[in-house]
Amino acid sequence: MNKVLSNKKVLALYITPALFLVLALIYIPIVQTGYYGLMKWNGIGEMDFIGLKNYKVLMKDALFWRSALHSFLLALFSAISLIGYLFISIILAGKIKGADLLRKIYLIPMLLASVAIAQLWMKIYHPSNGMLNTVLMASGIEDPPAWLADANLALYAIIIPIIWQYAGFYILIYYAALKNIPESLVEAARIDGASPWQIALKIKLPLIMNVIKVTIVLAVVGSLKYFDLIYVMTGGGPNGASEVMASYMYQKAFKGFDFGYASAIGFFLLVICLVVTYIIRRFTAANEDIY
Amino acid sequence: METVKPDGTPRIGNGLDTKLVSKPIMNRIAYGIMYVFLVLVAVFQIFPIIWLFLFSLKNSQEVFNMSPFSLPANPKWENYAKVWTEGNISLYFINSVTYTLAAVILTVVLASMVTFAITRMHWKGSRLVLGLFMVGLMIPVHSTLIPLFSTFTNINLIDNPLSIILTYTAFNLPITIMILLGFYEALPREVEEAAVMDGASIHHIFFKITLPMTMPVMATAAIINMIYNWNEFVFVNTFISSDSFKTLTVGIQNFIGQYTTDWGAIGATLVISILPILIAFLILSNRIIEGIASGSVKG
Repeated sequence: MNKVLSNKKVLALYITPALFLVLALIYIPIVQTGYYGLMKWNGIGEMDFIGLKNYKVLMKDALFWRSALHSFLLALFSAISLIGYLFISIILAGKIKGADLLRKIYLIPMLLASVAIAQLWMKIYHPSNGMLNTVLMASGIEDPPAWLADANLALYAIIIPIIWQYAGFYILIYYAALKNIPESLVEAARIDGASPWQIALKIKLPLIMNVIKVTIVLAVVGSLKYFDLIYVMTGGGPNGASEVMASYMYQKAFKGFDFGYASAIGFFLLVICLVVTYIIRRFTAANEDIY
Repeated sequence: METVKPDGTPRIGNGLDTKLVSKPIMNRIAYGIMYVFLVLVAVFQIFPIIWLFLFSLKNSQEVFNMSPFSLPANPKWENYAKVWTEGNISLYFINSVTYTLAAVILTVVLASMVTFAITRMHWKGSRLVLGLFMVGLMIPVHSTLIPLFSTFTNINLIDNPLSIILTYTAFNLPITIMILLGFYEALPREVEEAAVMDGASIHHIFFKITLPMTMPVMATAAIINMIYNWNEFVFVNTFISSDSFKTLTVGIQNFIGQYTTDWGAIGATLVISILPILIAFLILSNRIIEGIASGSVKG
């Protein structure tokens, strides 16, 4: 039996195609991005090795740090919104009629293309005929803001559809995890006289802590590399007011043709994502020991 | 005085009585408030999409002069006919279907082979290879974009559907393997082991025994892949420049520009682009939910 199941030729045949694709299209490009980040390069002509100069420029690039701040703000809001999803899921996983239908409705936005969501919300935010401002004007506010065109509001106006887009995803994950808790544990606590809140906080939350950790990583890292809605809805504008790291990188590369500098941003983005993942894992692991 | 007697019996009895009376009422009120809250969230999630359907069936006069919540007087289905025939939407649609299907088939077959090799075959380094695939989940797409663009340019794959199908496959392999892995690990090995005893070849075992047994999870993985590919934007936006190769997501983005004030046409375009996914969800919602759940939290 071992002979058949450890046939080297078959093994190579089964593993190699997928491995080749992942190495060629994910891992080697990462190394290349690191390499290009050390170059001055417009994407077509010769590359000039300039060492860490791109990173030195990056450290002083106020526009980049502003977009990094926006990315972190998005991450912060996404992480905070997890508390709301957790709350909704706990209610939903109690004995609520129609819970299944509700959670399916919550999920629908997540299934739609970001471009379609972006276009739809651009219509919702439309200054004169959008759903939002029509309601505001009807309720007596005479001069409602232009949302996406307003430098003070654009970023927050985009964060709302991003949260709208992913809410159902996290609710689904929490709901599934809560439903996996053995009924006997909850029942035992109830017989001991624990209130629904005590059961939620002292029994259910610790039991799904691992899932919560994963969702924190997903929400934070997903926010740090977020791109789609921002690129379509404002292109980072007005005047960089809603620019995030990924959209800034994209603009430097494919509009500014500064491929070397954009690669440095791309590599920096990768490092940030990996470091933040590591920090959250460490931080939440330490947290677990308290329980 | 009686109530504070050391044995405390009367007090407890009393407390229990009020509890028995008030608890159901309190519970019902709390339940009602929570229910209203959950329904409000559902309305917030679904209403923009209903609103989109509404304005896709209106003409400009209705959009600009009447309440955004009014029903279209007589639904303008011609908005749909117009965008389908006037522009390249039908072409983008066919491209989306083609790339999505090609990448889904390729991804599910390749991922099944890898998962089979990792869970069923005996070899050193299987953990390492699995780890390599799983770490792929954490890599930001933007950190690979420039090298992919330049490599595809150098090997003449830029503005070529193959570049899209291959990148979709590579970037979806990790999550697909993750979805398959749980199922493979839970699947009893006896049938496969018996086949080995009977002298079956490994290809026979994989194609004739394992693949048919994993049909349900392959379907789940396929539908998740389908959603991701159908909605993908950045790769097509970066690698494809010819109109004839664009997918719906990138196509509508350019296409909508020409209809700045024709909301009916814009709405119809958007509805056409999201309808396949909505229909799939209507039919396969449980499978989609299962796929999303198993593809996100095992790591």
